[in-house]
Amino acid sequence: MSDTHAQTVAYVRDTMLPEQPAPATEAGAIKWLRENLFSGPLNTFLTIAGVLVVYAMVSHYFAWFAHSVWNANSLAECRTIITERWGEGATGACWSVIRERWHQYLFGFYPPELYWRPILVFVLLFVALAPVLFQGFARQLLLFSVFYPFLAIWLLWGGSIWPEVMIILGAVAGYVAFRVIEPRGDTLAIICGILVTILFWAWLSGPLSGMIQSVLPFRITPVSSEKFGGFLLAVTLGVGGIVMSLPLGIMLALGRQSDMFLIKTLSVCFIEFIRGVPLITLLFVASLLLNYFLPPGTNFDIILRVMILVTLFAAAYIAEVIRGGLAALPRGQYEAADALGLDYWKAQRLIILPQALKISIPGIVSTFIGMFKDTTLVVFVGLFDPLKGISDFVRADFAWKGIYWEPYIFVGAIFFLFNFSMSRYSMYLENKLKRDHR
Amino acid sequence: MTKSVFFGTLTAVGLAAGIASAATLDDVKARGELNCGVNTGLVGFAAPDANGNWSGFDVAVCKAVAAAVLGDPAKVKYVPTTGQTRFTALSSGEIDVLSRNSTWTFSRDTDLKLDFVGVNYYDGQGFMVRKDLGVTSAKELDGATICIQTGTTTELNLADYFKANNMSYQPIAIDTNAEGEQQYLAGACDAYTTDASGLAATRAAFADPENHIILPEIISKEPLGPAVRHGDSEWGDIVRWTLYALIAAEEYGVTSANIDELSKGTDNPEINRLLGVEGELGAMIGLSNDWAKNAIKASGNYGEIFAATIGESTPIGLARGLNAQWTQGGLLYAPPFR
Repeated sequence: MSDTHAQTVAYVRDTMLPEQPAPATEAGAIKWLRENLFSGPLNTFLTIAGVLVVYAMVSHYFAWFAHSVWNANSLAECRTIITERWGEGATGACWSVIRERWHQYLFGFYPPELYWRPILVFVLLFVALAPVLFQGFARQLLLFSVFYPFLAIWLLWGGSIWPEVMIILGAVAGYVAFRVIEPRGDTLAIICGILVTILFWAWLSGPLSGMIQSVLPFRITPVSSEKFGGFLLAVTLGVGGIVMSLPLGIMLALGRQSDMFLIKTLSVCFIEFIRGVPLITLLFVASLLLNYFLPPGTNFDIILRVMILVTLFAAAYIAEVIRGGLAALPRGQYEAADALGLDYWKAQRLIILPQALKISIPGIVSTFIGMFKDTTLVVFVGLFDPLKGISDFVRADFAWKGIYWEPYIFVGAIFFLFNFSMSRYSMYLENKLKRDHR
Repeated sequence: MTKSVFFGTLTAVGLAAGIASAATLDDVKARGELNCGVNTGLVGFAAPDANGNWSGFDVAVCKAVAAAVLGDPAKVKYVPTTGQTRFTALSSGEIDVLSRNSTWTFSRDTDLKLDFVGVNYYDGQGFMVRKDLGVTSAKELDGATICIQTGTTTELNLADYFKANNMSYQPIAIDTNAEGEQQYLAGACDAYTTDASGLAATRAAFADPENHIILPEIISKEPLGPAVRHGDSEWGDIVRWTLYALIAAEEYGVTSANIDELSKGTDNPEINRLLGVEGELGAMIGLSNDWAKNAIKASGNYGEIFAATIGESTPIGLARGLNAQWTQGGLLYAPPFR
């Protein structure tokens, strides 16, 4: 048959056919539509229903957004402008309330000439967070991160800088005591260190800072807590709570796993109590009940009170999230740590926690996002949260009475920015730490 | 945040379970500032402006008390309180005076251990309906859906009223006034009920106020007034008589315009005693003799405050009504200053 080919076949193609475009139904937009939107009766139905819903919403709200008014001094003026421009019966958004009051939504009653302070604190927050959150920054920057909270507190509340310095000195004194006594036993050293710190704070820091202040006066205009409001308040509470609740949550999670009866019981009681009580209750405790127990005349700062209880609340949830991470670790990891002869803290620090925390990242970040959003609940104890507290008194100005959606949309958009960045960061972190050994 | 106080507090926690001390006047003087509990925002009664300065009908009481006690109406720390926190804030000593459109009721005065020192606004609960509903009296609201703020006295009043008149209604629970307006305008309810002053302000802010009417019936008594803690009568006297000084000043024609002139001495001994030209009224309540003069100068007499914050020349446009002087057929009646 080998020689039949050329002679017996009348025609042989000796060039390749040019590539044909794929059939219309199997390429480009149509294919994408077929596969993603109309792949079956149910999906076709859902697609059509979805399009209808989107259409209904857009047709309903588009005019409202399109008829936006930015320059007006009151809601009544907005309405006049909208009627003039788009005719009788037209509705529109009156964003001029945001234009006039945006600074209160961001800063509350913080004195306008001092806005640079919270802004500086906010910018420095990223400088302080960068070495913690991302690799590739100089390790020396971490030192700044350690001192950042004190700097932030000083800049936000103002006053003399020496009390903050005293807090740091107290911690240093405690550390020195710890190092001095360490050879005589770890536990004793820890107790002594904590004791020295507390004694320093309680008795020495007040007179000492007063003395230094009189010699070296270094103070900026103080701003009291009731001036805080809006996102300044929300971010202060949120960041403060997040920073303090993570270590506390880790300690509680470890405490709950501990073999020591007292520590385990205390941790379990604390976690279950906090998780069993609504946040609102704790906020009321912070705002009202604490005052009954404190000696008369003391004025325990309300933001500090709320921050402490928000921290405790978030810590209990984080403890449970981390416990989940700890439980997910194979037993072999614990045994391997023991086999290497590591003591408890080293084993936790080098082997257990890095893995457990990695597993817990989505849960931890969810807790943080939830907590940040929960800061709006402080409105119930008379603090000006951005969502309702600020809006309530903006509406109490007759010029803006009756305004409803605009503040909600504005505040919601800013909250979305914060929370969406947090969520994206957690995805980035998960990807970075992915080791694919499971 | 005062750090030394913070540390002092930390060490003192658990050592002492203190009860708010009795001598509020000394506390206020030592502090140099009056802690005044106000609403977190209510049109005409208490609201901070774009610069954070508080003003309003209830705020004027705070200013007057601060002026009487400390000589300066600006020395007030406004503590915004919610419906839930207001009374506890007062009993726990966080605030010295509560001036937050709170209704004086039996149980609040006795059971909650508050002392209402007087009434600065006589309010009452009313209804607002759309005009095209064709209703002209609350008695015709049988079977209506009604927007009502939960957890307030208005909710109980509504139930009482409909029961007494043998009518039925369907409540639509709302949380805040802003939400109530929204629901009412969206047609979720036929009628919106709250204090008449609030209804007037709400209606005035509508795009089409002419299409809504406030029904003539007032179904409850809501005497609103400043309150102090039970058990410190001296402090209660100061707040009570500061309020009466504002009311009496209107009755005697003492205004912020002529007060400097009048305090040089007049033919009317009562005005002289009020302004501290004659007698020693100030010393009797532990204040300087020009306490009432300072209080009146803070934002004018009662009538001036009313006109500037909620009166007919303001957008809220409330008529004096029950809140006129007794000589004008109202209920305001200050006891004699002697």
